[in-house]
Amino acid sequence: MKTVGQPIRKKDAMALVTGQPVFTDDIAPKNCLIVKVLRSPHANAMVRSVKKDLAEKVEGIEAVYTWEDVPDERFTLAGQTYPEASPYDRLILDRHVRYVGDPVAIVAGRDEACVDQALKRLKVEYEILPAILDLHEAKDSEILVHPEENWKALCKVGADNKRNLCASGESHDGDVEAVLQDCEEVVEGTYHVKANQQAMMETFRTVCYLDPYGRLNVMSSTQIVFHVRRILSNALGISKSRIRVFKPRIGGGFGAKQTSVSEIYPAFVTWKTGKPSKMIFTREESQIASSPRHEMEVSVRVGADRDGRIRAIDVYTLSNTGAYGEHGPTTVGLSGHKSIPLYGSLEAHRFRYDVVYTNVMSSGAYRGYGATQGIYAVETAVNELAERLHIDPVELRLKNMVREGQIMPAYYGEQTNSCALDRCLKRAADMIGWKEKYPCRDMGNGKVRSVGVAMAMQGSGISNVDVGSATIKLEEDGVYALSIGAADMGTGCDTTMAQVAAECLDCSIEQIIVSGADTDTSPYDSGSYASSTAYITGKAVEKACRKLQEKICEKAASMLGCEVDAVEFDGHTAVDRTTGKQVTLKEIGTAGQSGNARSLQVTETNSSPVSPPPFMAGMAEIEVDKATGHVELLDYVAVVDCGTPLNPNLCRCQVEGGLAQGIGMALYEDVRYSARGQMLNNSFMQYKIPTRLDVGTLRVEFESSYEETGPFGAKSIGEVVINTPAPALTHAVANATGLWIHELPITSEKIAMGLLKK
Amino acid sequence: MKISLMLNGTKIEREIAPDLLLIDFVREEGCYSVKRGCETSGCGLCTVFLDEKPVLSCSVLAARADGHAVTTLEGLQKEAEEFGAFIADQGAEQCGFCNPGMIMNAIALFRENPDPTEEEMKEYLAGNLCRCSGYEGQLRGMKAFLEYKKQGGAV
Repeated sequence: MKTVGQPIRKKDAMALVTGQPVFTDDIAPKNCLIVKVLRSPHANAMVRSVKKDLAEKVEGIEAVYTWEDVPDERFTLAGQTYPEASPYDRLILDRHVRYVGDPVAIVAGRDEACVDQALKRLKVEYEILPAILDLHEAKDSEILVHPEENWKALCKVGADNKRNLCASGESHDGDVEAVLQDCEEVVEGTYHVKANQQAMMETFRTVCYLDPYGRLNVMSSTQIVFHVRRILSNALGISKSRIRVFKPRIGGGFGAKQTSVSEIYPAFVTWKTGKPSKMIFTREESQIASSPRHEMEVSVRVGADRDGRIRAIDVYTLSNTGAYGEHGPTTVGLSGHKSIPLYGSLEAHRFRYDVVYTNVMSSGAYRGYGATQGIYAVETAVNELAERLHIDPVELRLKNMVREGQIMPAYYGEQTNSCALDRCLKRAADMIGWKEKYPCRDMGNGKVRSVGVAMAMQGSGISNVDVGSATIKLEEDGVYALSIGAADMGTGCDTTMAQVAAECLDCSIEQIIVSGADTDTSPYDSGSYASSTAYITGKAVEKACRKLQEKICEKAASMLGCEVDAVEFDGHTAVDRTTGKQVTLKEIGTAGQSGNARSLQVTETNSSPVSPPPFMAGMAEIEVDKATGHVELLDYVAVVDCGTPLNPNLCRCQVEGGLAQGIGMALYEDVRYSARGQMLNNSFMQYKIPTRLDVGTLRVEFESSYEETGPFGAKSIGEVVINTPAPALTHAVANATGLWIHELPITSEKIAMGLLKK
Repeated sequence: MKISLMLNGTKIEREIAPDLLLIDFVREEGCYSVKRGCETSGCGLCTVFLDEKPVLSCSVLAARADGHAVTTLEGLQKEAEEFGAFIADQGAEQCGFCNPGMIMNAIALFRENPDPTEEEMKEYLAGNLCRCSGYEGQLRGMKAFLEYKKQGGAV
């Protein structure tokens, strides 16, 4: 392969490193109204009244809106394919405010100063209600987060607003109780994953204006332009034909921008006033009123025989969706469906779950999407099992892991047709020196060095749901224009999709122009999430290019006056094999624009009945200070099977970035609330994401399988990479200290206090 | 109040509000490379040079720049391109939002210390957060750039 598999520079790289104005707020019209919201100071309350006359009198204020001004049809902000699994439980502004930070009023004005002043002058009277802040108290509580009658669930996800249930369910294969009873060893544990913020460097932001046709144009930092169009149509009660959504460069997403966090407010303002407006979330707002990872408490039972044969896994997940149900019913599914199938020869498994409403900010999609929480729990339980059985945890995994060709009953019954997990684990063990370093070495100075291990999987798109499309056309001068609806949010998919196109069309990457995503001009794509773009959209690009190549040959045949079968096309020149006559691609492109009645443009769409999992193994080496509990990460090795890495540089950066986020999640990051439901870590001062001093050395390698259904053998990579640090570091800490810490993050305090108690 | 300063080599005189922050001033002047990532002086995205020193423009009043020279990445395009190409060759720019601040600070480091060790680079840039890259690709890019400089700028 000439282009696929090459470490090609991202097409937008130089614009980004030289600081060109390419992000939403850099290119917003200068005359935008500034939009801000007044947020509730109470975790659960009814708004009795809002006195807005004083606010409206502030010079420069254009509009102040409250619950009385907005439509009363409920919708979800979750970016998902219709009908969304997430319940319709939102209003633009609701009289019932359900968490500290829930919007009470929208204020729009000429500049920030006047809007800030108006916000201060709004007088709100609240009827304060008791709140549910603990996920254990939510189910069947007398306090209802969503008592309203017009709440609705579009899908059968086991939701019941009168029980604070956003979703509930069960699936199983075999009789898990019977098998566990028959096992010689059963490890049982409950593992608590706190909410984490994606903390992308660019906060949520949206710009809106009306175009000459009177249509609402929405430029937003979003992963999901088409879903945002539907969400705005639902929220505003206007036809989708009146809305256009597009994205410029995006300053990071990680799933946060798979929820329409900021769009509805400026959209409402512009639709009502006819004036351009923008809303730029502060970091504080991004921390307190956004779409973090679901807090989950995952209870696991793993049963095995003394020789180390794992026979049964039972998982129960209690997930906290917060005040609204965005991604609640779907994230929880992955906590079982993408953890249990790591083990290939189970006689039985069971997976049960409840997703509850509480009075904290709504959760959402964050890289890993529930798999991260489930894998942390199951992998830690397996490490505890290894300890109990006195078997090396790497050996235990090699004995039990899923293998190529196996059916995975817990993974929708899919077969693994591409799986190099065994090679990943063996290579990782070699890289870190597992045999010499496991379990630990006392350094003699109060410090202990130890290692830990975990495996992970994810999916590649949502089977039978996700859609990717590509339009490719031949232009003058032999240039191809590729249009996609997937969203490059820094991942580099504009470039990797161009690589796929260049490979198919036998041309250089420079010949491919890429654009997207824009609901008016891009072919439909469900969006960049669920690890779908490389696998789903990539295949659409391949299909479109193959068809375009046929059309090019047909055009060449008519130009050469020969049969299409006689045409040989090498990407630059089409030759009539019988006569040796030839035309160049440039000439074909030019001919396509003169007296031509056959389009040299193709749109192809792709969806997949399967979601081939990428796999990986991660191993950490740490040094624990037994006096202070401080953990220093020395070395992290990751070996990943993402099928064919389309661009090894970008794949490597995905892995390194995902590991760093996973390390933050494991050791520092913790969304916490006060007793009144106030989010405590509302800035980067309190919410610590890793700096370059915290990540140790990250070493990444690839052990590739070949996925027949993916473009050039590719599977996904974006999400799987965040899943190993939490269990691997938990394991390493246990190997150093004997403490199995069952709640993230593993802070120094927890280790030091645990060691004191020992 | 009125201030007068050199912004990327051009003299600017402007009437400003006394509480205007330098970050908002330079963005209003069209220097969009300067980004806001937090409100607590903790992310490094808004790094600019005040005279020759890197500062967080979110923590400096525009009034403080009166009579001084302010440089943003817009005024360092050649250096940004030369060094940035090495970040780009790793794919480590990723979303790009933190890049201008990091590149400003890296340029400041290289001016101060043309041959930094790995530890010195990590220390100096510890205040430049990045959520995409895991920092390793940035480090590889910096090392490759320093090697290139050592060879006299020839690849």
